[in-house]
Amino acid sequence: MNVLACLKRVPNTGAKIVLTEDQQEIDTTNLGFTMSPHEECAVEEAVQIVEEHGGSATALTLGSAEATEQVRTAIAMQADEGVLLETDGEEWSPRNTAGAIAEFVRDRQEDGGGFDLLLFGNESADAGNYQVGVRVARELGLPIVTSIKSLSVEDGAVVAEREIPRGSEVYELDLPAVVAVKEGLNEPRYASMRARMQARRQEVEHVTPERRTDAGLKKIRLESPETEDSETEILGHGPEAVPEIVRVLEDELEVI
Amino acid sequence: MSSTELPSSARTVVLGAGIVGNSLVYHLSRLGRDDIVQIDKGPLPDPGGSTGHASNFLMPLEHSKEMAFLTDDSIAQYDEMGQFTLSEGIEVARTEERLKEMKRQLGSARSWGQEGRIIGPEEVKEKVPFINGEVIKGGLYQPNAGTCDPLRAGEIMRERTEENTDGYQIFPNTEVLDLHVEGGEIQAVETDRGTIEADEVVIAAGLWSNKLAKMADKRIPLTPAVHQLISVGPIDRFEEKEGEIGYPIVRDVDTQMYERMHGNDLEVGSYQHRPIIYDIDEILSIDEAPLSPTQPPLTEDAFDQSMQDALELMPEILDDPGAGIRHEIDGLLSVTPDGMPTVGPMDGVDGLWACSAIWIKEAPAFGKNVAQWMVRGYPDVDLHASNVNRFHNYGTSDTFIKNRGAEGYKKIYGIVHPAEQWQTSREVRTSPFYSRQQDLDARFFETGGWERPRWYKSNEDLVRKYHDELEGLFRADEWDQRWWSPTILGEHLHMRDHVAMVGDMGFGKFDVYGADAVEFMEKMHVGRADVDVGKTVYTPVLAENGGFVSDLTFARLGENHYRIITGGSVAGSDLQWYRSNAPDSVTVVDKSEALCTLGVWGPDARNVVDSVTEEDMSDEAFPPYTAQHITIGEVDAWAMRLSYVGELGWEIYVPAAQGGSLWDTIAEAGEEYDIRPVGMGVYGATGRMEKGYRLFGHELEVEYNPSEAGLTFHGTKDADFIGKDAYVEALEEDDAAKLCTLTVDDHTSSDGTRRFMLGEEPILDQDGNVLIDDEGRRSYVTSAATGPSVGKHILLAYIPSERAQEGNQLQVEYFDETYPVTIEVVGSRPLFDPNNQRIRS
Repeated sequence: MNVLACLKRVPNTGAKIVLTEDQQEIDTTNLGFTMSPHEECAVEEAVQIVEEHGGSATALTLGSAEATEQVRTAIAMQADEGVLLETDGEEWSPRNTAGAIAEFVRDRQEDGGGFDLLLFGNESADAGNYQVGVRVARELGLPIVTSIKSLSVEDGAVVAEREIPRGSEVYELDLPAVVAVKEGLNEPRYASMRARMQARRQEVEHVTPERRTDAGLKKIRLESPETEDSETEILGHGPEAVPEIVRVLEDELEVI
Repeated sequence: MSSTELPSSARTVVLGAGIVGNSLVYHLSRLGRDDIVQIDKGPLPDPGGSTGHASNFLMPLEHSKEMAFLTDDSIAQYDEMGQFTLSEGIEVARTEERLKEMKRQLGSARSWGQEGRIIGPEEVKEKVPFINGEVIKGGLYQPNAGTCDPLRAGEIMRERTEENTDGYQIFPNTEVLDLHVEGGEIQAVETDRGTIEADEVVIAAGLWSNKLAKMADKRIPLTPAVHQLISVGPIDRFEEKEGEIGYPIVRDVDTQMYERMHGNDLEVGSYQHRPIIYDIDEILSIDEAPLSPTQPPLTEDAFDQSMQDALELMPEILDDPGAGIRHEIDGLLSVTPDGMPTVGPMDGVDGLWACSAIWIKEAPAFGKNVAQWMVRGYPDVDLHASNVNRFHNYGTSDTFIKNRGAEGYKKIYGIVHPAEQWQTSREVRTSPFYSRQQDLDARFFETGGWERPRWYKSNEDLVRKYHDELEGLFRADEWDQRWWSPTILGEHLHMRDHVAMVGDMGFGKFDVYGADAVEFMEKMHVGRADVDVGKTVYTPVLAENGGFVSDLTFARLGENHYRIITGGSVAGSDLQWYRSNAPDSVTVVDKSEALCTLGVWGPDARNVVDSVTEEDMSDEAFPPYTAQHITIGEVDAWAMRLSYVGELGWEIYVPAAQGGSLWDTIAEAGEEYDIRPVGMGVYGATGRMEKGYRLFGHELEVEYNPSEAGLTFHGTKDADFIGKDAYVEALEEDDAAKLCTLTVDDHTSSDGTRRFMLGEEPILDQDGNVLIDDEGRRSYVTSAATGPSVGKHILLAYIPSERAQEGNQLQVEYFDETYPVTIEVVGSRPLFDPNNQRIRS
């Protein structure tokens, strides 16, 4: 069972986003980078599937040389190997990204190292295009389900579950297949110190993909939406605060 | 109370609501300040500064006296608030060198009254079972170490401030935009919620402090630097323990790291990585920062070695695949050019205070002491080493701060010799003699930014010349020899036999002018100021409690003109003291860099100087302790006849631009007498110690008064002066301790090496107990130096009065061994030339 988990190096957000002056990029001068949370779950799932069924978990990203950092993070989470589809650092469109990944998967197939399951995050944490997984599946002619929060592999098929209002949808896909997953699928592990150190020393495969000519989707500019400041209200101090806290929990939040 | 409307004015505005600002408002309110506004740009209770991510442990043992005192007091304060958890702590040694250092640390612990014990690897393992005993040689056990919650402590302090006074308001989420200064006084704080007028403004803004100081055109020399910190868990072993911490804090000092339990995690922190210094403008705002402005992401490659070292020390828990790195940051904290905090009133802007670059473990006590300083004029603990003005006229450029901050970063857990010199940002302040001194192969030490020769390699012949006389005074141990040379001893004897020139000492030099100059000088000094023009006066400068603010010499140059000469390292703080006390009718002009100083001392000093002056330099024409304008060669000079080394001679002052000419003239005139330039090793150590001359910051601190220091020769003058009441009381009362001169009777250590104490070692009775006076002050070596002319190693120390008898035998502890010492002198009588015949010859 060979599983590929695709991930993207994204700015470590969670705070106000500052854009570059031309509004083409997020100003990352002083930001750290991480992988999208959905993709952390994809990596964790790939590792767990391999732990259960054997085989190999591969973590792949497309991006600049710096993106190796996120591949290594996946290796530290016990992915067996890492691949960087190295670009000049410019943001590639979903179409080009998907094209490069599909080509890599096909090349592997031809070399006899095909993947049984391709996992993607449902959408990246920065651009949020929701496209790469779908486009890869389409190009490779594989079945895909998206927004998956539960997943299991049985007898040459993958059973995937998607939450919907008041219920869930369950899909069964024959392998090979593509699944785009969401945060909540599992609890991604924290890498141990030893794993982190080993990951830093492990070879990451570098592939330089050809960029296709762009068509279709074009980024005009980014906008940072106004966010409402969360307000803090002090309900009281010490034991005297209890009745007010109970009232808020009961009446406003309806949790008790 | 918290409200939304910023008041238009307040007596005191405190900028910052981290642990320092919170402690400050609390202690100000305790001392009666009742009109306080506290501002922070961040939210409460964690405004986003270093307080929010510190590892929050307190290891009390420190070589620095003030840091030891302040840490102990801070532990007591956290404990009183219920925010201290006693966990014990162990510094582990991986090397023999570190084990030795721990013995030295034990000495400091006994000097400052702290508990500690060196334990073997087995006992370390008993206390910390998950440590790898194979890589350690032992440890320094600190039974009083523990952890605190500085955020909760801050809340409690703010709550108590509200209880203490109705006149306290706190404004979080309020950003300071500007500080208004007029006529050298702070006027107001401009914020994004309005402007508030203030009599006093305290910058307690941690690593943002210099940014705020710049708004008042001042500098608080500190820079943000990264301290890497990760948290690893869950750790099964810890789950069995109750509470936040159940094992001693471990400091793996040889790898510059620490490991401490925190809930189910082990926090692993490091100062080992390459220094990562930030520009203040690189720090994200609270809105932009994913975690907090002071918690940027871990720079992973810098942490590689630290991970390996931590795994090696604690493999049992850290090498468990189930324990993951759950949190990892480049924690930002403040570092300063010399590793000490930056506190106190800021020279040049009356009413503006600094209280910054303070660690969690000293913060409550710094808040208390700075509050005392603000309210009553002096702190309990002498804070001169943290005085923000110590970087007087130098050391405040961003480049200097970064260079020294980066260099100092590596010393945080390092083994630092007390005389160790900085390697970066040197030659910042050089005297006009500098190139000539370089030609003579001078070894330069830096004080107050000044490059001062400690000794001259060109004088090495003097060691051979005086070899027999110096028998028994040569140092054999590497530590004792470090940053020292026997050439100093040779230079010393040459000066006593012939003549020497010393300069530049880097003095602070202030001219005082004005109609009320006499009255002002009276107010500032114990010594009488209304003396004849041309007289010099050596005098204590006191705080209201009768403790020392400084000691220095002034000369009266005219009816309304004085010149003050003080030590280079305290020039900035002294200047602030004078300026802030000066009425409008008095002007204090800083001439520290405009004038240079060359001392000429020794039996042949008059022969040398007389041969190149137009004036009569005889004892009658130029008596001791007087000052005159003279002409030396082609240079118009001003000279004082006095000596810190106890010899006939003068301190000669000329404009810096003419210093080279002065040097050449004296050097040439002195050739016939074999004049030698000698270093500060003679001037500041061997020479002065043989004379029992006191040094501010060593013998003289705010905790001791002139009576105890043996500096009562002025009696009590009629005029009022700062500290007079306490001074009079001190004269009338029995002294709890007396400053004594001791000499070492036997230098032989257990392995036969002759050891030489360097200062700050504890003084013990014959039973091995540290001497403690009735006020609880412990006896320690305030200064140590070898006296070549008396053939002994000399120590100064305050001894409890009942023990202070000449001939009394005591002991000094050095690297965990004791050496017999004898009290030679009680009081200020010099060991060498007790009647000062040489100075008067």
